Amino acid sequence: MKQPKTMFAKVWEQHLVVEPAGEPAILYVDLHLVHEVTSPQAFEGLRLAGRPVHRTDRTLATVDHNVPTDRERVHIKDPIAAAQIEALRRNCAEFGVELFDVNSAEQGIVHMIGPELGATKPGMTIVCGDSHTSTHGAFGALAFGIGTSEVEHVLATQTLPQGRPKTFRIAVEGELPHGVTAKDIVLGIIGRIGTDGATGYAVEYAGSAIRALSMEGRMTVCNMSIEAGARAGMIAPDETTFAYLEGRRFAPKGPAWEEAKAAWRKLPTDEGARFDRELVIAAHELEPYVTWGTSPGMVVAITDVVPDPALGATEADRNGLARALAYMDLRPGTPIEEIAIDRVFLGSCTNARIEDLRAAAKVVAGYRVHPRVRAMVVPGSQQVKLQAEREGLDLLFKEAGFDWREPGCSMCLGMNPDILAPGERCASTSNRNFEGRQGQGGRTHLVSPAMAAAAAVMGRFTDIRTWVYKQAEVVA
Amino acid sequence: MQPFTTLTSTVAPLELSNVDTDQIIPKQFLKRIERTGYGEFLFFDWRQRPDFVLNRPGYRGAQILLAGRNFGCGSSREHAAWALEQYGFRCVLAPSFADIFHSNAGKNGILLVTLPEEQLERLLLQAKAGDGYALTVSLEENTITDAFGLELRFETDPFRRECLLGGLDDIGLTLRHGDALTAYEQRHDADAWMRARA
Ligand code: SF4
Repeated sequence: MKQPKTMFAKVWEQHLVVEPAGEPAILYVDLHLVHEVTSPQAFEGLRLAGRPVHRTDRTLATVDHNVPTDRERVHIKDPIAAAQIEALRRNCAEFGVELFDVNSAEQGIVHMIGPELGATKPGMTIVCGDSHTSTHGAFGALAFGIGTSEVEHVLATQTLPQGRPKTFRIAVEGELPHGVTAKDIVLGIIGRIGTDGATGYAVEYAGSAIRALSMEGRMTVCNMSIEAGARAGMIAPDETTFAYLEGRRFAPKGPAWEEAKAAWRKLPTDEGARFDRELVIAAHELEPYVTWGTSPGMVVAITDVVPDPALGATEADRNGLARALAYMDLRPGTPIEEIAIDRVFLGSCTNARIEDLRAAAKVVAGYRVHPRVRAMVVPGSQQVKLQAEREGLDLLFKEAGFDWREPGCSMCLGMNPDILAPGERCASTSNRNFEGRQGQGGRTHLVSPAMAAAAAVMGRFTDIRTWVYKQAEVVA
Repeated sequence: MQPFTTLTSTVAPLELSNVDTDQIIPKQFLKRIERTGYGEFLFFDWRQRPDFVLNRPGYRGAQILLAGRNFGCGSSREHAAWALEQYGFRCVLAPSFADIFHSNAGKNGILLVTLPEEQLERLLLQAKAGDGYALTVSLEENTITDAFGLELRFETDPFRRECLLGGLDDIGLTLRHGDALTAYEQRHDADAWMRARA
């Protein structure tokens, strides 16, 4: 009988070009996504060495990190950002790479457009010079972030030397309680295993609660794998995956589609396959979470209080916790629900898909944003923006007092003009609450879209499980 | 890439866990399209404080950094490795490192050494005294020594070690396998469902 295999092992083995003795394996890359921030030095390296892009048909580029989110954004005022975007345009033209530019109907955050275009598919290897490439693992792809030297390597050879990671199965079993979302699943996992809890592992998320998630929810979970240190996060493809992909621009059509589905059905982990590590989480134990500190692992339930730094294990840990509290201007013992906020950011490759906007719109419908709060919605892509406008979500947000903006990374990392002022406190649907991430001196609390929307209305964090929906019938 | 063989230098202690790449090089410096000029922006926000370790006279010119667990977590920005290297750091000692940072550092001639917490705590204590405590890190011998008779051995991945010792370029190494790549692509491209574009 054949040895049972994990999904990771199947994808890995199908992409081994060669395994030279005493060296890392050389792994083939099916899809390479490129954006403006981590690619200029890589293209420059190719130019200096006189090398072409080896497979332009496996390379796609977009602009997302730097682009302003206002309507006049074609004319970027920041000259350095403009030069970087200009450099990507020149590089794509010179090397023959397809670019989804600012005014393309398919522009968006790089991890949004791969799936939307149907370029992201089960069983593929996918890389990008961006740590949240793990997002694409939601389709049963092996997807991971790389540095700029590696971007150059992939451009030149369509391969990467890679050490084989270990495997880690995280099963979330049971039904999610009301008000608990995909974002809370992944925050709950990081809270349990820590920000280095999965370092060196490719994670497979499994269990009935994961299988019940939409593709949007699965992408949210896989997106934050890197926040637990994992090389990649994967979810087995199934009918939900196929339904999402069918008919998309770069998805196979006709007989090729049937062939593809047959191949994809062989990908899930075989019964009895061994993982290097396993963790089972009961879905009913999960709650809506809020991060209180400056690392995604510093997270507690909405009904909890800010913890005491004395609980750190080592001096370095205690220093880190105390530093985080000081930076966040919080005192141990403060109930999370008493923390007042100034800003709300609904956006990023974690939570700016259509389902996220629907969930948030449903919460704010019929309410007004708190007078102290400035709230913005930045759809993750042009396609999400268009869809939301078709459904009238933009109107619900605008009526409530939200700012409705153009797609991009925006205040997830504040490389464009969308930033927090020093001392401002933000409820954010993004993935990182590092010091200064959303603007120097800015304070970030990570939450789900529904929790962010409720915080916008209340001016402080509030338990979404007790929310009174005013116009539940307005949106599906 | 500059080879790494043996390095003797004072040691700067950064006693913090989970130092992320956003701190190592904040985003406002990622808009540049060059590969150089990042050294002066290393730990930019933290360096605004006069008491930050790198601002203290005892640690000027240190080429070895001691840090807490999970150093280099977060963003994949290779700018973090460029900033460390261009500032002058050639070696970081910590209990653990984040994955992507680990490979970025290797590609820029920075040696990352993983040491057990107890060993690091001892080194931290000495480095914190600020009186020029120095270490010699030898990748040829896989040892760390000081002037007082300390000798620690450390492990390295054999392939990464060869690359660092020889200053080898990865793309050149991969291109040696050109024939295998051509054969692989012929087979692999036949699978429609593995194509990026239908
Ligand atoms: S939205 Fe944020 S996390 Fe996602 S790619 Fe952009 S900057 Fe990175």
